[in-house]
Amino acid sequence: MKTTITGEYIKEMLAKDMREDARKLLEYRDITIRIGTIPNAEGSAEANIGNTKVLAGVKLGVGEPMPDKPNEGNLMASAELLPLAAESFDVGPPTPEAIELARVTDRGIRAAGVVDLSKLFIEKDKVWNVFIDVYVLNYDGNLFDASALAAQAALSSCRMPKYDAAAETVIREGDLGRLPLANMVVSSTFGIMSDKIILDPNANEELFIDSRLTISTDGNNIRAMQKGLGGSGFTPKQVDTMMDVTLERSKDLRSMIKKSIGE
Amino acid sequence: MSGSGEKPVLIVDGKRLDGRLPGDIRPSRIEANVLKNAAGSAYIEWGNNKIMAAVYGPSEALPKHTSNPERAVIKCRYQMAPFSSLEEHGRSGPNRRSIEISKVIKEVFENAIITENFPGSEINIYVEVLQGDGGTRAAGVTAAAVAVAASGIPMTDLPYGVSIGKIGDQIVIDLNKIEDNYSDADVPIVISPRTGRILLLQMDGDMTKDEINRGIRMAADAGKMISKMQSDALKKQYMEISEKYKNEAPSYTPQAQK
Repeated sequence: MKTTITGEYIKEMLAKDMREDARKLLEYRDITIRIGTIPNAEGSAEANIGNTKVLAGVKLGVGEPMPDKPNEGNLMASAELLPLAAESFDVGPPTPEAIELARVTDRGIRAAGVVDLSKLFIEKDKVWNVFIDVYVLNYDGNLFDASALAAQAALSSCRMPKYDAAAETVIREGDLGRLPLANMVVSSTFGIMSDKIILDPNANEELFIDSRLTISTDGNNIRAMQKGLGGSGFTPKQVDTMMDVTLERSKDLRSMIKKSIGE
Repeated sequence: MSGSGEKPVLIVDGKRLDGRLPGDIRPSRIEANVLKNAAGSAYIEWGNNKIMAAVYGPSEALPKHTSNPERAVIKCRYQMAPFSSLEEHGRSGPNRRSIEISKVIKEVFENAIITENFPGSEINIYVEVLQGDGGTRAAGVTAAAVAVAASGIPMTDLPYGVSIGKIGDQIVIDLNKIEDNYSDADVPIVISPRTGRILLLQMDGDMTKDEINRGIRMAADAGKMISKMQSDALKKQYMEISEKYKNEAPSYTPQAQK
């Protein structure tokens, strides 16, 4: 809850380069990734960053291509801030926060070209639709990185169903290949408070940071960014530092995803 | 009941497709308090069903006009994840089916929770089906009961759910998705084990009066196992804590009341 006393002690600790959960400023909480938690989905993964718990499920279906890209499959990501994830999440239509989370997750995957959409063409006017659903089960800050990890791990472990053109049915079980992927994306989210940069803000810290920045990377280049909250923003020097940290941390995050899918 | 096309043979030599006898429920497990933020939560794997239940509250009932000055109001939402089925991607958001199931689950807990203890407040119960394979409302109630108990909200009993049905001329318990699709009847039941009263009963199909009576008896028999699974899940978390601190904790002697 946003109370003055919480804000004061978070700021006082930050002045001494300390955080309430004894982390360094540019340190992640413990991260775990488990794939295949929902066998009914073609791909699924649960990512935990500290107490933040996010589940991503991938389903494939047959649909029509976009008019401007008749030979490519489609990708759709959505996110739900389930009311069971936090006291402050309510039942109802998607909030702007949920839509932002879905769009930032979508943008990272799309910009990095994670899914090879050109291989999702079936026949004229028939392509594969890839649906990525991000389900937030427990909220303790930094949903962006958790969603990116869960979505990427779910895609990396996703089965590729077959389309039986004669029967016009989708075969989802049996001996299936993998969803064709061309890249891997991870993100790092930073908060700025009293002009200090912290990595992976938890729920308490998210209440008091001035500005937030999420940077998605494929390991070599920056593929997407999203600034969040109002606040005083960042200096170019701070953005540079955050990009450096993102590229550095992406090595660990990528190897965690690879490890989770047994590579 | 919604099956189409060729009806598969569901029972061969007295055994069901997954090898169960008519009175067997699927292997299940429950874990209590799996979500940090909720007042109480539970995760159940019941066969291929995977369901997360969580409870928030009691808190002030909002909007104000929903509150009851004599008791807590129970609010419930049951929902299936868009990726929960083996078939097509589902649509998120409420539909007629999920709204009805939310309502009947709510009514179970209006009965089980001692709502008089919390006038003017609301208790929110969320049931999220992450993977569905038939019998999700029964499994959802079973998990939600553990979640409510884990939250410390007082209940008169720990209700459990299970479905019975009819395949051909056999009465069976705990239908999975395929059985449900091609069965002759499907009857989800929620029972309060202490009193034996039925808190939820729905039916869809064709059964005789005797068959329904037999089915309810089967549900009550299976209930002993389900109830044990629920209470074990609740006990387990405390066992783990006491195991962890058994050497550190000073023995607690209650002070005499003045």
